[in-house]
Amino acid sequence: MSALTPTVHLGIFEGPLDLLLHLIKRNEVEITDIPIATITDQYLAMLGELPELNLDGAGEYLVMAATLMYIKSRMLLPSTGEDEEAEEDPRAELVQQLMEYQRYREVAVALGERNVLARDVFAAPGEPVDPATAGDDLGPTVRDASLGDLLDALRDVLKRITPSRVHEIEREAISLRECVQQILGRFALAGELEFTGLFDEGSDRGHVIVTFLALLELIRLRVVRARQADHFGPIVLTLALASLAEATERVRDLVDDEAWRARAEEVEDGHGADTDR
Amino acid sequence: MDTELTQIDSVPHHENGNGAGHAEERNGRRATAEDVRRLAAVVESLLFAAGAPVPLARLAEALDGPGRAEVVAALEALAAGYERDGRGLRLVHVAGGYQLRTPPEHAPWVRRLLRERPPRLSRPMLETLAVVAYRQPCTRLEIEAVRGVDGEAVLATLSDRRLVRILGRKEAPGRPLLYGTTREFLEVFGLPDLTALPTLRELGEGAEMLAAADVTIGETAVAAPDEAPPSGEETAPAEGDG
Repeated sequence: MSALTPTVHLGIFEGPLDLLLHLIKRNEVEITDIPIATITDQYLAMLGELPELNLDGAGEYLVMAATLMYIKSRMLLPSTGEDEEAEEDPRAELVQQLMEYQRYREVAVALGERNVLARDVFAAPGEPVDPATAGDDLGPTVRDASLGDLLDALRDVLKRITPSRVHEIEREAISLRECVQQILGRFALAGELEFTGLFDEGSDRGHVIVTFLALLELIRLRVVRARQADHFGPIVLTLALASLAEATERVRDLVDDEAWRARAEEVEDGHGADTDR
Repeated sequence: MDTELTQIDSVPHHENGNGAGHAEERNGRRATAEDVRRLAAVVESLLFAAGAPVPLARLAEALDGPGRAEVVAALEALAAGYERDGRGLRLVHVAGGYQLRTPPEHAPWVRRLLRERPPRLSRPMLETLAVVAYRQPCTRLEIEAVRGVDGEAVLATLSDRRLVRILGRKEAPGRPLLYGTTREFLEVFGLPDLTALPTLRELGEGAEMLAAADVTIGETAVAAPDEAPPSGEETAPAEGDG
Protein backbone atom coordinates (compact mmCIF):
# COMPACT_ATOMS: atom_id res chain seq x y z
CA MET A 1 0.00 0.00 0.00
CA SER A 2 2.73 2.44 0.92
CA ALA A 3 4.22 1.81 -2.51
CA LEU A 4 1.15 3.29 -4.13
CA THR A 5 0.36 6.09 -1.75
CA PRO A 6 2.64 8.23 0.32
CA THR A 7 2.10 7.41 3.94
CA VAL A 8 -0.23 10.05 5.26
CA HIS A 9 -2.09 9.56 8.47
CA LEU A 10 -5.79 10.12 8.32
CA GLY A 11 -5.46 11.85 11.63
CA ILE A 12 -4.16 14.95 9.93
CA PHE A 13 -7.39 15.36 7.99
CA GLU A 14 -10.42 17.09 9.39
CA GLY A 15 -12.80 14.67 7.75
CA PRO A 16 -13.70 13.02 4.46
CA LEU A 17 -14.12 16.31 2.62
CA ASP A 18 -10.71 17.50 3.75
CA LEU A 19 -9.18 14.22 2.60
CA LEU A 20 -10.92 14.46 -0.78
CA LEU A 21 -9.68 17.99 -1.31
CA HIS A 22 -6.19 16.78 -0.52
CA LEU A 23 -6.45 14.01 -3.12
CA ILE A 24 -7.85 16.40 -5.71
CA LYS A 25 -4.97 18.77 -5.13
CA ARG A 26 -2.38 16.00 -5.20
CA ASN A 27 -3.69 14.71 -8.51
CA GLU A 28 -3.75 18.22 -9.89
CA VAL A 29 -7.27 17.88 -11.19
CA GLU A 30 -10.14 20.33 -11.34
CA ILE A 31 -12.60 20.12 -8.53
CA THR A 32 -15.41 20.41 -11.08
CA ASP A 33 -14.10 17.50 -13.12
CA ILE A 34 -13.00 14.88 -10.65
CA PRO A 35 -11.68 11.64 -12.17
CA ILE A 36 -13.95 9.72 -9.90
CA ALA A 37 -12.43 6.26 -10.45
CA THR A 38 -8.90 7.40 -9.60
CA ILE A 39 -9.96 9.46 -6.63
CA THR A 40 -12.17 6.70 -5.28
CA ASP A 41 -9.33 4.19 -5.47
CA GLN A 42 -6.94 6.52 -3.71
CA TYR A 43 -9.54 7.41 -1.14
CA LEU A 44 -10.13 3.75 -0.32
CA ALA A 45 -6.41 3.14 -0.14
CA MET A 46 -6.07 5.94 2.40
CA LEU A 47 -8.96 4.50 4.35
CA GLY A 48 -7.10 1.21 4.49
CA GLU A 49 -4.43 2.96 6.50
CA LEU A 50 -6.76 3.49 9.38
CA PRO A 51 -4.93 1.61 12.12
CA GLU A 52 -8.13 0.08 13.38
CA LEU A 53 -11.73 0.68 12.70
CA ASN A 54 -12.63 3.30 15.20
CA LEU A 55 -16.29 3.68 14.42
CA ASP A 56 -16.55 7.10 15.95
CA GLY A 57 -14.01 8.67 13.66
CA ALA A 58 -14.20 6.32 10.71
CA GLY A 59 -17.95 6.41 10.24
CA GLU A 60 -17.88 9.66 8.36
CA TYR A 61 -15.07 8.40 6.12
CA LEU A 62 -16.97 5.21 5.38
CA VAL A 63 -20.12 7.08 4.40
CA MET A 64 -18.06 9.10 1.94
CA ALA A 65 -16.50 5.91 0.58
CA ALA A 66 -19.97 4.58 -0.13
CA THR A 67 -20.95 7.84 -1.82
CA LEU A 68 -17.86 7.74 -4.00
CA MET A 69 -18.50 4.18 -5.07
CA TYR A 70 -22.10 4.99 -5.84
CA ILE A 71 -21.05 7.94 -8.01
CA LYS A 72 -18.44 5.79 -9.71
CA SER A 73 -21.03 3.17 -10.58
CA ARG A 74 -23.39 5.78 -11.97
CA MET A 75 -20.60 7.23 -14.09
CA LEU A 76 -20.09 3.79 -15.61
CA LEU A 77 -23.68 3.57 -16.80
CA PRO A 78 -23.92 4.37 -20.49
CA SER A 79 -25.51 7.69 -21.25
CA THR A 80 -28.96 7.46 -22.82
CA GLY A 81 -27.69 9.74 -25.52
CA GLU A 82 -30.72 11.94 -25.78
CA ASP A 83 -31.17 14.97 -23.61
CA GLU A 84 -27.53 15.17 -22.66
CA GLU A 85 -28.02 18.69 -21.36
CA ALA A 86 -30.68 17.78 -18.87
CA GLU A 87 -28.83 14.77 -17.60
CA GLU A 88 -27.29 15.58 -14.29
CA ASP A 89 -23.67 14.84 -13.62
CA PRO A 90 -23.66 12.25 -10.83
CA ARG A 91 -20.80 14.18 -9.27
CA ALA A 92 -22.68 17.48 -9.09
CA GLU A 93 -23.79 17.24 -5.50
CA LEU A 94 -20.39 16.17 -4.24
CA VAL A 95 -18.69 18.91 -6.24
CA GLN A 96 -20.97 21.49 -4.71
CA GLN A 97 -20.32 20.15 -1.22
CA LEU A 98 -16.58 20.15 -1.79
CA MET A 99 -16.55 23.67 -3.12
CA GLU A 100 -18.59 24.94 -0.25
CA TYR A 101 -16.37 23.23 2.28
CA GLN A 102 -13.31 24.53 0.51
CA ARG A 103 -14.49 28.11 0.87
CA TYR A 104 -15.12 27.74 4.59
CA ARG A 105 -11.77 26.06 4.95
CA GLU A 106 -10.18 29.10 3.37
CA VAL A 107 -12.04 31.36 5.77
CA ALA A 108 -10.76 29.18 8.61
CA VAL A 109 -7.18 29.57 7.39
CA ALA A 110 -7.68 33.32 7.02
CA LEU A 111 -9.04 33.54 10.57
CA GLY A 112 -6.13 31.56 11.93
CA GLU A 113 -3.67 33.88 10.23
CA ARG A 114 -5.15 37.00 11.75
CA ASN A 115 -3.52 38.73 14.68
CA VAL A 116 -5.26 36.81 17.40
CA LEU A 117 -5.85 38.50 20.74
CA ALA A 118 -3.74 37.04 23.55
CA ARG A 119 -1.60 35.20 20.99
CA ASP A 120 -0.23 37.83 18.63
CA VAL A 121 -1.60 41.03 20.08
CA PHE A 122 -2.46 42.02 23.62
CA ALA A 123 -4.75 44.52 25.26
CA ALA A 124 -5.10 45.72 28.81
CA PRO A 125 -7.81 43.89 30.73
CA GLY A 126 -11.06 45.78 30.97
CA GLU A 127 -14.76 45.28 31.34
CA PRO A 128 -16.71 45.45 28.08
CA VAL A 129 -17.91 48.97 27.37
CA ASP A 130 -21.62 49.32 26.83
CA PRO A 131 -22.16 50.83 23.38
CA ALA A 132 -25.24 52.74 24.53
CA THR A 133 -24.63 56.37 25.35
CA ALA A 134 -26.46 58.33 28.01
CA GLY A 135 -28.16 60.17 25.16
CA ASP A 136 -30.06 57.20 23.85
CA ASP A 137 -30.83 55.92 27.31
CA LEU A 138 -34.57 55.66 26.94
CA GLY A 139 -34.46 52.69 29.23
CA PRO A 140 -32.40 49.71 28.20
CA THR A 141 -33.95 47.29 25.76
CA VAL A 142 -34.56 44.52 28.21
CA ARG A 143 -35.41 41.15 26.80
CA ASP A 144 -36.01 37.74 28.25
CA ALA A 145 -32.75 36.01 28.96
CA SER A 146 -32.32 32.93 26.80
CA LEU A 147 -31.04 29.59 27.99
CA GLY A 148 -27.72 30.58 26.45
CA ASP A 149 -27.58 33.76 28.52
CA LEU A 150 -28.29 31.81 31.67
CA LEU A 151 -25.62 29.25 30.83
CA ASP A 152 -23.12 32.03 30.19
CA ALA A 153 -23.94 33.52 33.56
CA LEU A 154 -23.64 30.12 35.24
CA ARG A 155 -20.23 29.63 33.66
CA ASP A 156 -19.11 32.91 35.18
CA VAL A 157 -20.36 31.93 38.61
CA LEU A 158 -18.60 28.57 38.43
CA LYS A 159 -15.39 30.28 37.41
CA ARG A 160 -15.59 32.66 40.33
CA ILE A 161 -16.43 30.36 43.21
CA THR A 162 -13.47 29.29 45.24
CA PRO A 163 -12.61 25.62 45.07
CA SER A 164 -13.73 23.92 48.25
CA ARG A 165 -10.98 23.44 50.76
CA VAL A 166 -9.43 20.04 51.07
CA HIS A 167 -10.19 19.49 54.74
CA GLU A 168 -13.92 19.72 54.23
CA ILE A 169 -15.06 16.17 54.15
CA GLU A 170 -18.63 16.75 55.14
CA ARG A 171 -20.79 17.25 52.16
CA GLU A 172 -23.99 19.07 52.59
CA ALA A 173 -26.66 17.38 50.59
CA ILE A 174 -28.94 19.90 48.99
CA SER A 175 -32.11 18.94 47.26
CA LEU A 176 -33.59 20.74 44.35
CA ARG A 177 -36.67 21.31 46.44
CA GLU A 178 -34.72 23.15 49.10
CA CYS A 179 -33.14 25.29 46.47
CA VAL A 180 -36.47 26.20 44.93
CA GLN A 181 -37.65 27.31 48.33
CA GLN A 182 -34.42 29.17 49.00
CA ILE A 183 -34.80 31.13 45.79
CA LEU A 184 -38.41 31.98 46.54
CA GLY A 185 -37.34 32.97 50.03
CA ARG A 186 -35.07 35.57 48.56
CA PHE A 187 -37.94 37.11 46.70
CA ALA A 188 -39.62 37.69 50.04
CA LEU A 189 -36.85 40.17 50.80
CA ALA A 190 -36.43 41.79 47.41
CA GLY A 191 -38.66 42.13 44.39
CA GLU A 192 -35.70 41.88 42.05
CA LEU A 193 -32.67 39.67 42.27
CA GLU A 194 -29.49 39.66 40.32
CA PHE A 195 -28.61 36.27 38.93
CA THR A 196 -25.19 36.19 40.54
CA GLY A 197 -26.77 37.17 43.87
CA LEU A 198 -28.25 33.67 44.08
CA PHE A 199 -24.83 32.21 44.60
CA ASP A 200 -22.89 32.81 47.78
CA GLU A 201 -19.15 33.22 47.66
CA GLY A 202 -18.57 30.06 49.63
CA SER A 203 -20.90 27.81 47.62
CA ASP A 204 -19.44 24.69 46.15
CA ARG A 205 -20.03 23.57 42.60
CA GLY A 206 -22.74 21.13 43.59
CA HIS A 207 -24.73 23.80 45.34
CA VAL A 208 -24.32 26.21 42.44
CA ILE A 209 -25.52 23.68 39.93
CA VAL A 210 -28.52 22.57 41.96
CA THR A 211 -29.46 26.21 42.49
CA PHE A 212 -29.16 26.78 38.76
CA LEU A 213 -31.39 23.78 38.01
CA ALA A 214 -33.91 25.05 40.53
CA LEU A 215 -33.90 28.40 38.78
CA LEU A 216 -34.45 26.76 35.39
CA GLU A 217 -37.37 24.89 36.86
CA LEU A 218 -38.87 28.10 38.26
CA ILE A 219 -38.49 29.76 34.87
CA ARG A 220 -40.07 26.80 33.13
CA LEU A 221 -43.04 26.97 35.45
CA ARG A 222 -43.25 30.71 34.74
CA VAL A 223 -42.84 31.52 38.40
CA VAL A 224 -39.68 33.51 37.80
CA ARG A 225 -38.72 35.62 34.86
CA ALA A 226 -35.10 36.18 33.82
CA ARG A 227 -34.33 39.28 31.86
CA GLN A 228 -31.19 40.80 30.47
CA ALA A 229 -30.49 44.22 28.99
CA ASP A 230 -27.55 43.16 26.85
CA HIS A 231 -25.53 40.08 26.05
CA PHE A 232 -23.29 39.10 28.95
CA GLY A 233 -24.88 41.89 30.97
CA PRO A 234 -26.38 41.23 34.37
CA ILE A 235 -29.43 38.96 34.38
CA VAL A 236 -32.24 40.25 36.55
CA LEU A 237 -34.74 37.87 38.07
CA THR A 238 -38.25 38.92 38.97
CA LEU A 239 -41.31 37.06 40.13
CA ALA A 240 -43.58 36.43 37.17
CA LEU A 241 -46.58 36.09 39.43
CA ALA A 242 -48.45 38.72 41.36
CA SER A 243 -47.49 37.55 44.80
CA LEU A 244 -45.12 35.28 46.59
CA ALA A 245 -48.07 33.35 47.93
CA GLU A 246 -49.16 32.55 44.41
CA ALA A 247 -45.63 31.48 43.56
CA THR A 248 -45.45 29.20 46.56
CA GLU A 249 -48.77 27.72 45.53
CA ARG A 250 -47.54 27.02 42.02
CA VAL A 251 -44.41 25.22 43.15
CA ARG A 252 -46.19 23.23 45.81
CA ASP A 253 -46.88 20.34 43.51
CA LEU A 254 -43.37 20.58 42.26
CA VAL A 255 -41.67 20.39 45.58
CA ASP A 256 -43.59 17.27 46.27
CA ASP A 257 -41.11 14.45 46.11
CA GLU A 258 -43.51 12.22 44.25
CA ALA A 259 -43.88 14.70 41.46
CA TRP A 260 -40.13 15.00 41.15
CA ARG A 261 -39.65 11.31 40.85
CA ALA A 262 -42.34 11.08 38.21
CA ARG A 263 -40.74 13.88 36.29
CA ALA A 264 -37.30 12.37 36.53
CA GLU A 265 -38.63 9.14 35.05
CA GLU A 266 -40.37 11.04 32.34
CA VAL A 267 -37.13 12.69 31.39
CA GLU A 268 -35.30 9.42 31.42
CA ASP A 269 -37.87 7.96 29.05
CA GLY A 270 -37.09 10.75 26.68
CA HIS A 271 -40.53 12.28 26.94
CA GLY A 272 -39.34 15.18 29.01
CA ALA A 273 -40.53 18.58 27.96
CA ASP A 274 -38.04 21.29 27.14
CA THR A 275 -35.75 20.92 30.10
CA ASP A 276 -34.21 17.61 29.27
CA ARG A 277 -31.52 18.95 27.02
CA MET B 1 -11.57 67.54 32.22
CA ASP B 2 -14.71 69.25 31.09
CA THR B 3 -13.24 72.72 31.18
CA GLU B 4 -10.02 71.61 29.62
CA LEU B 5 -11.86 70.28 26.61
CA THR B 6 -13.97 73.35 26.20
CA GLN B 7 -10.69 75.18 26.08
CA ILE B 8 -9.36 72.95 23.38
CA ASP B 9 -12.52 73.44 21.53
CA SER B 10 -12.26 77.17 21.48
CA VAL B 11 -8.56 77.73 21.45
CA PRO B 12 -7.95 80.33 18.76
CA HIS B 13 -10.30 83.31 18.81
CA HIS B 14 -13.58 81.61 18.26
CA GLU B 15 -16.35 83.92 17.18
CA ASN B 16 -19.27 81.58 17.59
CA GLY B 17 -20.97 81.00 20.89
CA ASN B 18 -19.77 77.95 22.73
CA GLY B 19 -22.85 75.91 21.92
CA ALA B 20 -22.66 76.43 18.19
CA GLY B 21 -19.12 75.02 18.21
CA HIS B 22 -18.57 71.98 16.10
CA ALA B 23 -21.36 72.20 13.59
CA GLU B 24 -19.87 75.49 12.52
CA GLU B 25 -16.46 73.95 12.28
CA ARG B 26 -16.20 74.08 8.52
CA ASN B 27 -17.52 77.58 8.11
CA GLY B 28 -15.64 79.01 11.01
CA ARG B 29 -12.15 78.10 12.01
CA ARG B 30 -10.58 74.80 11.20
CA ALA B 31 -9.36 72.61 13.99
CA THR B 32 -5.66 73.25 14.31
CA ALA B 33 -3.09 70.50 14.45
CA GLU B 34 -2.61 71.43 18.08
CA ASP B 35 -6.32 70.87 18.81
CA VAL B 36 -6.20 67.45 17.22
CA ARG B 37 -3.03 66.56 19.06
CA ARG B 38 -4.49 67.49 22.42
CA LEU B 39 -7.75 65.72 21.74
CA ALA B 40 -5.81 62.64 20.61
CA ALA B 41 -3.97 62.64 23.94
CA VAL B 42 -7.27 62.65 25.85
CA VAL B 43 -8.63 59.89 23.62
CA GLU B 44 -5.47 57.91 24.36
CA SER B 45 -6.16 58.25 28.08
CA LEU B 46 -9.74 57.09 27.64
CA LEU B 47 -8.73 54.05 25.61
CA PHE B 48 -5.98 53.16 28.07
CA ALA B 49 -8.33 53.39 31.03
CA ALA B 50 -11.06 51.34 29.34
CA GLY B 51 -8.90 48.43 28.19
CA ALA B 52 -11.82 46.96 26.26
CA PRO B 53 -12.90 48.41 22.90
CA VAL B 54 -14.77 51.70 23.30
CA PRO B 55 -17.48 52.61 20.76
CA LEU B 56 -17.11 55.97 19.04
CA ALA B 57 -20.36 57.21 20.58
CA ARG B 58 -19.06 56.53 24.06
CA LEU B 59 -15.81 58.35 23.34
CA ALA B 60 -17.75 61.37 22.07
CA GLU B 61 -19.99 61.21 25.11
CA ALA B 62 -17.07 61.08 27.53
CA LEU B 63 -15.29 63.92 25.76
CA ASP B 64 -18.46 65.95 26.03
CA GLY B 65 -17.84 68.63 23.47
CA PRO B 66 -16.02 67.65 20.32
CA GLY B 67 -18.21 66.24 17.56
CA ARG B 68 -17.82 62.78 16.11
CA ALA B 69 -15.81 64.00 13.14
CA GLU B 70 -13.30 65.59 15.49
CA VAL B 71 -13.06 62.46 17.59
CA VAL B 72 -12.45 60.42 14.44
CA ALA B 73 -9.74 62.88 13.40
CA ALA B 74 -8.15 62.51 16.84
CA LEU B 75 -8.32 58.70 16.57
CA GLU B 76 -6.67 58.86 13.17
CA ALA B 77 -3.95 61.14 14.50
CA LEU B 78 -3.37 58.82 17.43
CA ALA B 79 -3.15 55.75 15.18
CA ALA B 80 -0.83 57.51 12.74
CA GLY B 81 1.39 58.68 15.59
CA TYR B 82 1.81 55.15 16.94
CA GLU B 83 2.79 53.88 13.51
CA ARG B 84 5.05 56.77 12.65
CA ASP B 85 7.00 56.74 15.88
CA GLY B 86 7.20 52.97 16.05
CA ARG B 87 5.57 52.96 19.46
CA GLY B 88 4.61 49.91 21.50
CA LEU B 89 0.90 50.32 20.95
CA ARG B 90 -1.46 50.25 18.01
CA LEU B 91 -4.95 51.64 17.77
CA VAL B 92 -7.36 49.11 16.32
CA HIS B 93 -10.99 49.28 15.28
CA VAL B 94 -12.46 46.13 16.72
CA ALA B 95 -15.83 44.75 17.85
CA GLY B 96 -17.61 48.01 17.17
CA GLY B 97 -15.11 50.11 19.12
CA TYR B 98 -11.56 51.34 19.40
CA GLN B 99 -8.87 49.67 21.45
CA LEU B 100 -5.18 49.94 22.20
CA ARG B 101 -3.27 46.78 21.47
CA THR B 102 0.33 45.75 21.28
CA PRO B 103 1.78 45.29 17.80
CA PRO B 104 2.15 41.63 16.75
CA GLU B 105 5.92 41.90 16.50
CA HIS B 106 6.13 42.46 20.24
CA ALA B 107 4.21 39.29 21.03
CA PRO B 108 7.24 37.19 22.11
CA TRP B 109 8.14 39.61 24.90
CA VAL B 110 4.60 40.17 26.09
CA ARG B 111 3.97 36.45 26.18
CA ARG B 112 7.09 35.85 28.22
CA LEU B 113 6.02 38.52 30.68
CA LEU B 114 2.48 37.26 31.10
CA ARG B 115 3.55 33.61 31.22
CA GLU B 116 0.28 32.56 29.71
CA ARG B 117 0.01 30.04 27.01
CA PRO B 118 -1.59 31.53 23.91
CA PRO B 119 -5.14 30.31 23.34
CA ARG B 120 -5.23 27.27 21.14
CA LEU B 121 -7.21 27.60 17.95
CA SER B 122 -7.33 24.21 16.26
CA ARG B 123 -8.42 23.65 12.70
CA PRO B 124 -11.77 22.14 13.70
CA MET B 125 -12.38 25.20 15.87
CA LEU B 126 -11.49 27.62 13.10
CA GLU B 127 -13.58 25.76 10.53
CA THR B 128 -16.57 25.66 12.83
CA LEU B 129 -16.18 29.35 13.60
CA ALA B 130 -16.02 30.10 9.89
CA VAL B 131 -19.28 28.27 9.26
CA VAL B 132 -21.04 29.82 12.24
CA ALA B 133 -19.80 33.31 11.37
CA TYR B 134 -21.24 33.19 7.86
CA ARG B 135 -24.40 31.21 8.45
CA GLN B 136 -25.58 32.34 11.85
CA PRO B 137 -27.97 31.67 13.32
CA CYS B 138 -27.31 28.06 12.44
CA THR B 139 -27.76 24.66 13.99
CA ARG B 140 -25.15 22.04 14.74
CA LEU B 141 -26.55 19.92 11.93
CA GLU B 142 -25.94 22.66 9.39
CA ILE B 143 -22.35 23.01 10.56
CA GLU B 144 -21.83 19.28 10.34
CA ALA B 145 -23.31 19.18 6.85
CA VAL B 146 -20.73 21.68 5.65
CA ARG B 147 -17.75 20.16 7.42
CA GLY B 148 -18.75 16.52 6.93
CA VAL B 149 -17.81 15.60 10.49
CA ASP B 150 -19.36 15.55 13.93
CA GLY B 151 -19.24 18.94 15.59
CA GLU B 152 -20.60 18.57 19.08
CA ALA B 153 -17.32 18.62 21.00
CA VAL B 154 -15.95 21.54 19.01
CA LEU B 155 -19.10 23.57 19.60
CA ALA B 156 -18.85 22.88 23.32
CA THR B 157 -15.25 24.11 23.34
CA LEU B 158 -16.16 27.21 21.39
CA SER B 159 -19.06 27.93 23.75
CA ASP B 160 -16.73 27.54 26.70
CA ARG B 161 -14.34 30.00 25.13
CA ARG B 162 -17.28 32.30 24.45
CA LEU B 163 -16.50 32.44 20.77
CA VAL B 164 -19.97 31.17 19.93
CA ARG B 165 -23.17 31.34 21.89
CA ILE B 166 -26.63 29.88 21.80
CA LEU B 167 -29.01 32.37 20.25
CA GLY B 168 -32.16 30.38 20.69
CA ARG B 169 -33.92 27.43 19.23
CA LYS B 170 -34.97 26.83 15.67
CA GLU B 171 -38.66 26.38 15.07
CA ALA B 172 -38.11 23.01 13.47
CA PRO B 173 -38.58 19.40 14.53
CA GLY B 174 -36.57 18.77 17.66
CA ARG B 175 -36.21 22.51 18.21
CA PRO B 176 -32.44 22.40 17.70
CA LEU B 177 -30.24 25.05 19.28
CA LEU B 178 -29.11 27.92 17.11
CA TYR B 179 -25.57 29.20 17.37
CA GLY B 180 -24.00 32.53 16.53
CA THR B 181 -20.70 34.27 17.05
CA THR B 182 -20.06 36.62 19.96
CA ARG B 183 -18.48 39.98 20.58
CA GLU B 184 -15.48 38.02 21.90
CA PHE B 185 -15.20 36.39 18.48
CA LEU B 186 -14.78 39.81 16.90
CA GLU B 187 -12.30 40.82 19.60
CA VAL B 188 -10.18 37.70 19.36
CA PHE B 189 -9.87 37.93 15.59
CA GLY B 190 -9.59 41.70 15.52
CA LEU B 191 -12.67 42.28 13.39
CA PRO B 192 -14.60 45.57 13.59
CA ASP B 193 -17.83 43.73 12.79
CA LEU B 194 -19.14 40.71 10.89
CA THR B 195 -19.19 42.53 7.59
CA ALA B 196 -15.40 42.78 7.83
CA LEU B 197 -15.16 39.09 7.06
CA PRO B 198 -14.15 38.47 3.47
CA THR B 199 -17.09 37.43 1.36
CA LEU B 200 -17.07 33.82 0.33
CA ARG B 201 -17.15 34.96 -3.26
CA GLU B 202 -13.83 36.73 -2.83
CA LEU B 203 -12.37 33.56 -1.48
CA GLY B 204 -13.72 31.29 -4.21
CA GLU B 205 -11.25 29.94 -6.70
CA GLY B 206 -12.21 31.40 -10.04
CA ALA B 207 -15.27 33.54 -10.25
CA GLU B 208 -16.85 31.94 -13.29
CA MET B 209 -16.57 28.49 -11.80
CA LEU B 210 -18.33 29.74 -8.74
CA ALA B 211 -20.99 31.49 -10.73
CA ALA B 212 -21.65 28.37 -12.77
CA ALA B 213 -21.80 26.00 -9.85
CA ASP B 214 -23.87 27.67 -7.19
CA VAL B 215 -24.43 31.35 -7.22
CA THR B 216 -26.86 31.05 -4.37
CA ILE B 217 -24.29 29.95 -1.84
CA GLY B 218 -22.16 32.94 -2.60
CA GLU B 219 -25.16 35.21 -2.45
CA THR B 220 -26.50 34.03 0.86
CA ALA B 221 -23.08 34.00 2.40
CA VAL B 222 -22.42 37.56 1.33
CA ALA B 223 -25.72 38.66 2.73
CA ALA B 224 -25.54 36.65 5.91
CA PRO B 225 -23.02 38.71 7.88
CA ASP B 226 -25.03 41.87 7.29
CA GLU B 227 -28.31 40.36 8.20
CA ALA B 228 -27.25 38.37 11.15
CA PRO B 229 -25.77 40.33 13.96
CA PRO B 230 -26.02 37.85 16.80
CA SER B 231 -29.22 39.29 18.14
CA GLY B 232 -31.37 36.19 18.22
CA GLU B 233 -34.23 38.52 17.42
CA GLU B 234 -35.90 36.37 14.83
CA THR B 235 -35.26 33.17 16.68
CA ALA B 236 -37.32 31.70 19.40
CA PRO B 237 -36.05 32.33 22.89
CA ALA B 238 -34.76 29.10 24.35
CA GLU B 239 -36.57 29.58 27.58
CA GLY B 240 -39.40 31.73 28.80
CA ASP B 241 -42.56 32.76 27.09
CA GLY B 242 -43.87 30.70 24.25
